[in-house]
Amino acid sequence: MLEIQNLCLSLNGKKIIDGLDLHVNIGEIHGVLGKNGTGKTTLAYLIMGVGNYTPTAGRLIFENEDITGLSVSQRAKEGISLAWQEPARIEGLSVRDYLMLSGKSRGVKQVEDYLSVVGLEPATYLDRDIDNTLSGGERKRIEMASILAMRPKLAILDEPDSGIDILALPSLLEAMREMNRQGSSVLLITHNEKVVEIAQRVSVMCAGSILKTGEPGQMNLWFKENCQPCAHVNEPEKEGNKR
Amino acid sequence: MINYSIEKEYEGMIDAYQKAGGDRNSLLGEGTARLVIHENKVLDQNGVAGIKIETRETENGVNVNLLVEEGVKIPHPVHLCFGVLPQEGLQQIIMKVNAKDNSAVSVVAHCVFPNAVKVIHKMDAEITIGNNARFDYKETHYHGEFGGIEVIPRAKVKVGKAGVYQSSMVISQGFVGKLDYDFDVFCQEEAVAELVVKAYGKGVDDIKVWEKIHLDGAGARGLAKSRLVLNDKAKAEVKGETYGNAPYARGHVDCIELVNGTEAVAIAIPIVSVTDGRAKITHEAAIGSIDKKQVETLMARGLDESEAVDVIVKGILK
Repeated sequence: MLEIQNLCLSLNGKKIIDGLDLHVNIGEIHGVLGKNGTGKTTLAYLIMGVGNYTPTAGRLIFENEDITGLSVSQRAKEGISLAWQEPARIEGLSVRDYLMLSGKSRGVKQVEDYLSVVGLEPATYLDRDIDNTLSGGERKRIEMASILAMRPKLAILDEPDSGIDILALPSLLEAMREMNRQGSSVLLITHNEKVVEIAQRVSVMCAGSILKTGEPGQMNLWFKENCQPCAHVNEPEKEGNKR
Repeated sequence: MINYSIEKEYEGMIDAYQKAGGDRNSLLGEGTARLVIHENKVLDQNGVAGIKIETRETENGVNVNLLVEEGVKIPHPVHLCFGVLPQEGLQQIIMKVNAKDNSAVSVVAHCVFPNAVKVIHKMDAEITIGNNARFDYKETHYHGEFGGIEVIPRAKVKVGKAGVYQSSMVISQGFVGKLDYDFDVFCQEEAVAELVVKAYGKGVDDIKVWEKIHLDGAGARGLAKSRLVLNDKAKAEVKGETYGNAPYARGHVDCIELVNGTEAVAIAIPIVSVTDGRAKITHEAAIGSIDKKQVETLMARGLDESEAVDVIVKGILK
């Protein structure tokens, strides 16, 4: 579904994304596991086309089409969407309207169901605005509900668990499963080894590159052994290299 | 009752009222207090139990006295509709409002100038809110598509002990023209005042907003809030002043001006003053382009950039 080939991004002479290759299959939850500062959010932005980032090299292929030059809207219309790590607050835009515009033709009842999936009571939240009156955790859960409403072919979830209290985590994981059941592939970006266990495959990211890809248990172990502590933040060793 | 000779004017006003977002049915029926004024003519007027509306036509407008009796809580909003239908004209409304102690009333006003090319609308209001009384005033304007209007609302408001005064003015459809808004509110002990102005400037619209709140009584609270969106060559200057003159007074000035394009000009001047060490006044002002992350958030849901901007602007002005 998504094929990222030799993606590079340099900012002020520094390599942020460095020859990154990644393949996301149709219908899979694919985790990207990495510590802070490894370029995970930048990767999400490059795939979605936001944040004024233009790759210095490489290609993004989505369903066999090169989307590297497409606008954010065009990518969204192709079926890609992003749940931001820190979602924007928009004064005067109600939760109901945000979910409805995300879901286009879906009705209010479905929108209510999506709020319930992420553990928010519809009667309490539908008429509230997605502004500064919401806590960070509430806003993030609404972001997840909006992805459920949109039903993209590929949902990029950037650190969906950060800022979420431990009691709300199960509903967040359920939302990811629901996305997957709806037919969305999920690119789950996280530094949380527990959360990434929901994925079918996991890629470990370091210093703008993917080091290794495999099943979650193996990758969690590899991450622990090789990345905690990390001895190669600025010069990742490729798979097979010995530290 | 509507006089036959002015029926046509009345229908014109009601049509304009509906286009400005008013509900025609709210101006019908004996159970609703209302007042419809075209230029200097009172076209319709109705009071209900507990509220008295007196009017006197003058050369250029109408003098209005609105009295809410002590202890009376009016269940349905009072509807006002003021306007000038011809392309040119002057309308001067002099309004005195007296909401007696322990009363409560909500007023919904629509000011309509759909064809204005050279119209001036002035309002001078003296508003007295009694102790523990509540007065909510929502005013929506429609100025048409020519921008040929000058609107000059002035108000002096006194809010008694534990009284509540909330006022909002919204001009989000059509052009603003020239707006020179100047409201001055004085709050006694535990009183609450909230002033909100929202406007969408386009073309060469010229917007001046001056909101002043004096928190003179202990525990009084005030909010001076403004939301402006400016396109084309529109310009706006917003002054939000709040004075904490008594113990435990709390005030906030909150201004957002979004500038869309390179030729619009926005100025915000917050003035906060405290003369009692136990009072606290805060302010925040944000001026600039529409937040890119907000736009991209909506674009990531499939909206085009212009659709995303439209959603954000509507939200700000809602």
